[in-house]
Amino acid sequence: MSTPGKSRLRKTAYWGTHYLMIAAFVAFALFPLYWLLKVSVTPNDILYTEGVRMWPSRTTWDNYTFVLTQSHFPHYFMNSVIVSGFTALFTCIIAAVTGYAFSRFRFNGKIVIVALMLITQMFPLVMLIAPIFRILAPLGLTDSLTGLIIVYTAFNVPFATFLMQSFFDGIPKDLEEAAMIDGNTRFEAFRRIILPLTLPGIAATLGFVFTAAWSELLFALMLVSSESASTFPVGLLSFVSKFGVDFGQMMAAGVLALIPACAFFLLIQRYLVQGLTAGAVKG
Amino acid sequence: MDGNKPVTNMTDVGKRPAARRGVFSRRLSGILEPYYYVSPAVVLIVAVMLMPLILGLSYAFRDIRILNPFSGGFVGLAHFQALAHDSAFLGALINTAWWTFGSLAFQFSLGLVLALLLNRQFLGRRLIQALVFLPWAVPTFLSGLNWAWMFNPVVGPLPHWLTSLGLMDTPFNILSDPDLAMWGPIIANIWFGIPFFAITLLAALQSIPGELYEAASIDGATTRQKFISITIPFLAPTIAITLMLRTIWIANFADLIVVMTKGGPADSTQIVASYIFTQAFRRLDFGYASAIAAVLLVLLLAYALGVIALRRAMTHADS
Repeated sequence: MSTPGKSRLRKTAYWGTHYLMIAAFVAFALFPLYWLLKVSVTPNDILYTEGVRMWPSRTTWDNYTFVLTQSHFPHYFMNSVIVSGFTALFTCIIAAVTGYAFSRFRFNGKIVIVALMLITQMFPLVMLIAPIFRILAPLGLTDSLTGLIIVYTAFNVPFATFLMQSFFDGIPKDLEEAAMIDGNTRFEAFRRIILPLTLPGIAATLGFVFTAAWSELLFALMLVSSESASTFPVGLLSFVSKFGVDFGQMMAAGVLALIPACAFFLLIQRYLVQGLTAGAVKG
Repeated sequence: MDGNKPVTNMTDVGKRPAARRGVFSRRLSGILEPYYYVSPAVVLIVAVMLMPLILGLSYAFRDIRILNPFSGGFVGLAHFQALAHDSAFLGALINTAWWTFGSLAFQFSLGLVLALLLNRQFLGRRLIQALVFLPWAVPTFLSGLNWAWMFNPVVGPLPHWLTSLGLMDTPFNILSDPDLAMWGPIIANIWFGIPFFAITLLAALQSIPGELYEAASIDGATTRQKFISITIPFLAPTIAITLMLRTIWIANFADLIVVMTKGGPADSTQIVASYIFTQAFRRLDFGYASAIAAVLLVLLLAYALGVIALRRAMTHADS
């Protein structure tokens, strides 16, 4: 009689602790984002007096209307969308064909190429800032979105390739071999049969690269100096240092910067556990 | 495998030269085919990463200042000699160690706990998983700014909470206190990095065959015994690789520091990576920046090789 009761008590205690810890993790993860949102809707006149209140007594959308209509942020936002979008697109195309080759072919020099890609994951990218600037300047690619797209694509190709390879590895070879016997070239078989099957993997890679490019700051700071080619991170940072502290507006801009990244993330997060480990750990 | 087919055609070699040429060119294109697939990636990586890397290493021995047209000459080891006496650089080395291991210890232990929690079936797990992984998706510049705001007593709650807890006399910004400033970026980095460990460790946990635990239960193993003799050994390879990779990534990761403190106050949060950026970006002294980068590269390589050697020694000892 006492044993089942005791074990039930233990079970309750276990799950109580379990949920408590989960709640702590959720709070830690979400609180900073909640605070960002809270300050962004707080009217300026009560920002300081109600600095530590959990929710302001009045709210306003003024900060958002200002950021959207009176500032350069829509322009920065578009620049970031262009850079991240094209980076994601080009990276995915290159990573898909390279990942496919890694998955299906054995060829001379493969080990060298794989090693090259792995090494690029290890060395400090900051040390490339100066030489890349010197290479791109004479080509007219500093201070341009094209330059950023090229650099970001190169940075993201290695990881995206390993990610795509892991998705191709999961698809049986018989599929394209059958298509090739039917008279298709390998590339046709790859395009018509294999690529459609890896669409979820491609979506995950797209999302991953998009968010990586969306977040990149140091190269954007170094390579871009004009307002017209600034991406969102650069714009926000220069806004902070130039205009001192209008916290409400900055946080409203921050919330806007958050939206695309989080939207992408929520779309792809269920592939992450599978994809990220396949890419990161197998390498 | 692809080379098997053409062998059967060897018999008609003499009879039909045209066919032979067809076979030959098909065979050649078969050999070349993989290279068509990989060439865009190789060209891009060589042009944008490998060449700049080599160029950067050569800058370390040259005088390269962007705004000075007379610069460009060889200076030999002058940069490295200057580095040896650069107290800011030596301070940055110590800060890098502190920053890396401080961030890593918390990211890893909290990430492991989170992965273990998420590895159980419970109500709302999918939603919870999406929410706790969210910080990883937040752009780093924004995490940095957001945490800097959180530490700011004007708009952030943290100093006020610390005051109520009695940890602070009056609310002040720890980012402007040289003794405490490093904790700001470290906490932001922990927040940002927990999901990485949780995701990779969770995937590793899910690949452990369930039968192992069942068999152990039948043999009467306790939860703790199962954890020590099944879970830990299965996780060990993932842990080893992710810890090594993350050490290197965090040591190189200057974004949060550049955004939150710019290395200040009084260089108290300057790590080597942010110091490189400061030298290149603000002083436009690319030669000196590249010399620092070369030192960082050598240190990280030595670290990676050390870890790999250690692992090899340990696996040898096991077997």
